[in-house]
Amino acid sequence: MSPRGKRLLGTLLVHLIAWTIALLWIIPFFGLAMTSVRPFSELIDGWWRLDPFNLTLANFSSAWNHPDAPLSVGMRNSMLVAVPATIIPMFVGALGAYGFARFSLPLKNLLFVTTVVVLTIPAQMVIIPLFAMFRDLGLLDSLTALVIVNTVWALPWITLFLRNFISTIPIELEEAARIDGASDFTVFARIVLPVALPALGSVAVLQFMWAWNDFFWALVFTFSSDRMVAVRQLPLLRGVYFVDWGLLAAASIMVLAVPVALFALLQRYYIRGMVGWTPR
Amino acid sequence: MQTLRRFTFVLPTLALVFAFAVYPALQTIRLSLFLPTGEFAPLANYAEVLSDRRVLNLAGLSQGRFPMGSLVHTFIWIVIHLPITALLGLVLAVLLQNVRGGGFIKSIIFMGMVIPGAVGGLVVRFLFERDLGIVNQLVVLLGGSARTWTAYPDTALLSLIFGSVWLWTGFSLVLYSSGLGTIPRDYFDAAKVDGANELQIFGRITVPLLRPITVVVVVMSIIWALKLFDYVYAATMGGPGRATQVLALEIWHLAFVRGNFNQAAVVAVLLGVISLTVSIPMLRRRR
Repeated sequence: MSPRGKRLLGTLLVHLIAWTIALLWIIPFFGLAMTSVRPFSELIDGWWRLDPFNLTLANFSSAWNHPDAPLSVGMRNSMLVAVPATIIPMFVGALGAYGFARFSLPLKNLLFVTTVVVLTIPAQMVIIPLFAMFRDLGLLDSLTALVIVNTVWALPWITLFLRNFISTIPIELEEAARIDGASDFTVFARIVLPVALPALGSVAVLQFMWAWNDFFWALVFTFSSDRMVAVRQLPLLRGVYFVDWGLLAAASIMVLAVPVALFALLQRYYIRGMVGWTPR
Repeated sequence: MQTLRRFTFVLPTLALVFAFAVYPALQTIRLSLFLPTGEFAPLANYAEVLSDRRVLNLAGLSQGRFPMGSLVHTFIWIVIHLPITALLGLVLAVLLQNVRGGGFIKSIIFMGMVIPGAVGGLVVRFLFERDLGIVNQLVVLLGGSARTWTAYPDTALLSLIFGSVWLWTGFSLVLYSSGLGTIPRDYFDAAKVDGANELQIFGRITVPLLRPITVVVVVMSIIWALKLFDYVYAATMGGPGRATQVLALEIWHLAFVRGNFNQAAVVAVLLGVISLTVSIPMLRRRR
């Protein structure tokens, strides 16, 4: 075979392998989708059997209006937690990051390292004292508790990520503004924040997704059905006598649709945040 | 005066992190030093937890039978999950460089990183169901017999680990892909001119140059495996017969199901110490 033919064959082979892998990878999601839109009687022998094939949205409406764990309530609660748990740590962390990047403060290195080390601590390491603390503060079984823990657990990586970003911004602009009499806060708000917008975009996308996806905090801190976030409700939808996979699949799809849509729309920020460092 | 004013920039972050992370972490350490009776006995407490069959089941371990204890399960998880996802991610990153639609394929593979871990757990459980799961179609095709793989102690943990490979290979793939983009093209061209074949280029140029990324992938994968909770909870809740119990789940179970805060604190401290030790190479690099 000619070298050119060989190369063509190689390219063909690589494409074949790559697309086979892609197909394999997407099958579970495809199965989930198929299961969610078909009546249970058609699934008993597997979702891949297409005869008979009837489309129904019954699973979605029964998950949405479920008697014990209505997803309509869960999705609303998830929003009520994830939105503030994104905005608050973003601004608090940006302030902190600016301070750590530009000012010389007493004990700065020690304080910064301590903050960053928290990144590596698992949530389970603090859960028992936090539970007692929230009980004493009267915050158990409240969405406020979830906003607080998700905020605190976001601050270390946001501070680290934004500090590294701000360190790469040329300082001349800030110095010029200071000579013109701008205060520290004015410099931060008017000069640094606008330049840091792409980094803030990455922070927002990743943090929203993490807050939305959190299960552990929600499991420990909330127990009433009207205080549960959507992810927390999923295991409750399993059913008592048999696993209602149609219902579970429909609920799963509604819950995962939010982070997936966000990823599809803001992929660039997402990947940049992931690569530009986001240990969690 | 200026220093004081400038300190207010970092104050909110520090106050929140110290109040809700550092302080409770220290309290957990304190808690781990006491027996449930309130007696100060650090050695006895740690010894008791480490000799507990829930954490370390030597009988199960020596016979190769599950459950082997949550410490062993977490260890097995890392030993299997880490090399497979790291290598698969690297190979796919190289492979997809020259594939039309490679970006789209990467997004598909990355989807497991985007969805909640609890959803991942449910989907994996579904995959391995006896009648409804598609895995059994393949098993039967290959001459095996169908069963619900997550419902038997001998196969449950492995099923979950392979499920987690499906979910989280996207992480190393994306990191390695971005790393490949930073290697100058000339390196590969020069090697080709010198007559190196693809395999030599991969082993002698690509892999060594991606070393910093490998450090991040290895450390992050271990930390994730140590913290693993929602995925296992949704899939099996640690069952059947504790065969998929992992460390993070063990802490929750000890504290909030059995109500033994002191023993839970011991396992939590162990988990924290392991995580911290593992992260040191990466924290050094990042500063």
